[in-house]
Order: sequence, then C-alpha cells, then structure tokens
Amino acid sequence: MEHPILFMTVLFEKIGLGEFAHHYPQLVNSWLAMIILILMAIWAKSSIRPLVPTKVQNVWELIIGGLEEFTVDITGEEGRPYYPLVATLFIYIFLCNVMGLAPGLMAPTANLNTNLSMAVVGVIFAEFVGLKKHGAKYIRHYTGPILPLAILFIPIEIIGRLARILSLTFRLFGNIVAKELIIGLLIFLAGAYLAPVPLYFLFILLCFIQAFIFYMLCTMYIAGAIEEAH
Amino acid sequence: MRTKVALLAGALVLALTNLALAQEAAAVGPTGLKFFITTVFVAGFGIAIAAFGGSLGQGWGLKSAVEGIARNPEASGKITVTLLIGLAMIESLVIYTLVVELILLYAYPMAKPLAKFVGLEVG
Repeated sequence: MEHPILFMTVLFEKIGLGEFAHHYPQLVNSWLAMIILILMAIWAKSSIRPLVPTKVQNVWELIIGGLEEFTVDITGEEGRPYYPLVATLFIYIFLCNVMGLAPGLMAPTANLNTNLSMAVVGVIFAEFVGLKKHGAKYIRHYTGPILPLAILFIPIEIIGRLARILSLTFRLFGNIVAKELIIGLLIFLAGAYLAPVPLYFLFILLCFIQAFIFYMLCTMYIAGAIEEAH
Repeated sequence: MRTKVALLAGALVLALTNLALAQEAAAVGPTGLKFFITTVFVAGFGIAIAAFGGSLGQGWGLKSAVEGIARNPEASGKITVTLLIGLAMIESLVIYTLVVELILLYAYPMAKPLAKFVGLEVG
C-alpha cells in the first residue's frame, strides 16, 4: 500500500527535517495533537467568568466534571486526586483516534509505540498508587486469598499485570489500524475520495468507545490498587 | 456490528493480498510458493474462527443486558455502560487475531531465517 501524503511531513520537509518526519510520522502527529489540546485549554481558561458562565466554560465544566464524578464513582472517594491522569488519557486518546479520520493526518494511536507508552504509564501508575497507600503490605495484593499458596500466586499475578499492559496496547492498536485500513481500502478500491464518509459515524463511535475503554480500565486498575486485599 | 466491520476488513485484506502474493511467490520457487500459500490459507481461517466465537460471546452478553433492562428500566443507564465495556472486552480478543493475521501477511520477520533453518531455500 503506498504511503499517503501527510501534512506534518510536508511541513517538516520545509524546515529541513523531512527524513525525521518521514520515519516517525506518529511522533509528529502526536505533537500536533498536543498543540491542539494546549491551545484549547488556553482558550477555555481565558473564557472563564465566575458570575455568568460562558458557553465554552459550560462545555468544559460538563466534560471535566462528568469525568471526575465517573472516576470517583468507580474508585471511591480516595481516588479523587488521581483522576487528572486518566481524564487526560481519555481526552488525548480520543483526539488522537479521530485525527485518523481527517485526510492528510495520521492517527498516532495507529502505531504500537504510542499505545505502549500510554499503557505502561497507566499500569505502573496504578502500582505506585497502591504502594503509596499500603506501603510494604501491598504485597498482599499479589499473594492471593490463602497464604500457603503465595508461591503459586505471585508469578501468576506478575504475569497478569504484564498482560494488562499488552492487552491495553493491542486493543487500541488493533481497533485503530482496522479503522484506517477500511478507510484506505475504501478510497483505494472505490476510487472516490468521499467513499468512506457514510461509515464515519461508526468510526467516530468506535474511536470514542476505545478511548473510553482505555480510561475505564486504567481507573479500575487504580481502584483495584486502592482497595483492601482480600 | 463492529465485529462485522472487522471481519469485512480482514476479508478485503486477504482478497487483495492473495492476488499480490500469487504473483510475488511464483518468482521464488516451488517451496517458497507452498510456504506462502499455507500462510495465507491459515490466516484466512484464523480470522473467520475468531469472528465466529466473538459474535457468539457478544450475542450472549447482549441478550442478558436486554433482559436486565426489560426487568428494570430505571437501571438502563448503568446496564448500558456495563454492556458497552463488556462488548469491547470480548471484541478485543477478535482484534488480537486480526493483529496476528496482519503480522503474518505483512510483517513476518522470521520467514527467511526460519525457512533457512528448516532447510527450505526461500531466497
């Protein structure tokens, strides 16, 4: 399959770093997603009026407030300091996923490196939260219900934690690559540029659901690390 | 619906690649050709079986969710959220199979070293 033309690659070629942008397109597209999010945050911050809420403020309060309530619903009251990380993951992954729908841009999550880095951050953060709360007694999460069987349970639990990282990565990667393949095939086979548009509703729903699943799983790992071991 | 889309993607990929590989493999030699034919054959059946099992699992989950909503329409919000999460979990297994198939067809790095090890001359 021939390589499509990407805006960021053309932009970097004008600067002179064309080779770098050609080898790592997911990296430069993730920079574009970060710049878009930072600009949106600056715009939201500058339109906050305390007495009469503006429209932009209402929208962002709805999103962030809803995410906070949802996270605290799952993790309990002690999970409130940890919701910014998972909420950021959700918004960032959603933006990265829908970037693949626009022509000229590539979804950064269609590459294994982006997904692996986010999955490692999510899972290791949950481990650190558990260590911080329970201290050395965190090992009781790994030993299972009956103490004499601890030697059997510890390797199984460690492999389970590593499998969480792998499953998070591949779930997101497989979904977004399948979506991009369908778009590429529809343009390639049907020959018309607007051929994939009827499927875009399904794709946007898929992107949202995948970002939501990633966020929910990271929240549940944090909840599992905070709660008492059985 | 989503597994149908994944299934269609896999079928389209296989159809195109089969055509391309047939031309590519004829230049390699008879043993290389056998290797490629077997790989494509296995990849086709792999995704079909995964989609079969995945659809069954999602159908049972959906059935229980709809029964739960019918019994208790007030809890439909929570049931819908749980249903969506469960469906994405089951679907991810089908997606793993699609990823393995993509690796087999497009990026099988051990093809040449393994073939040399076994004794086939793939080239």
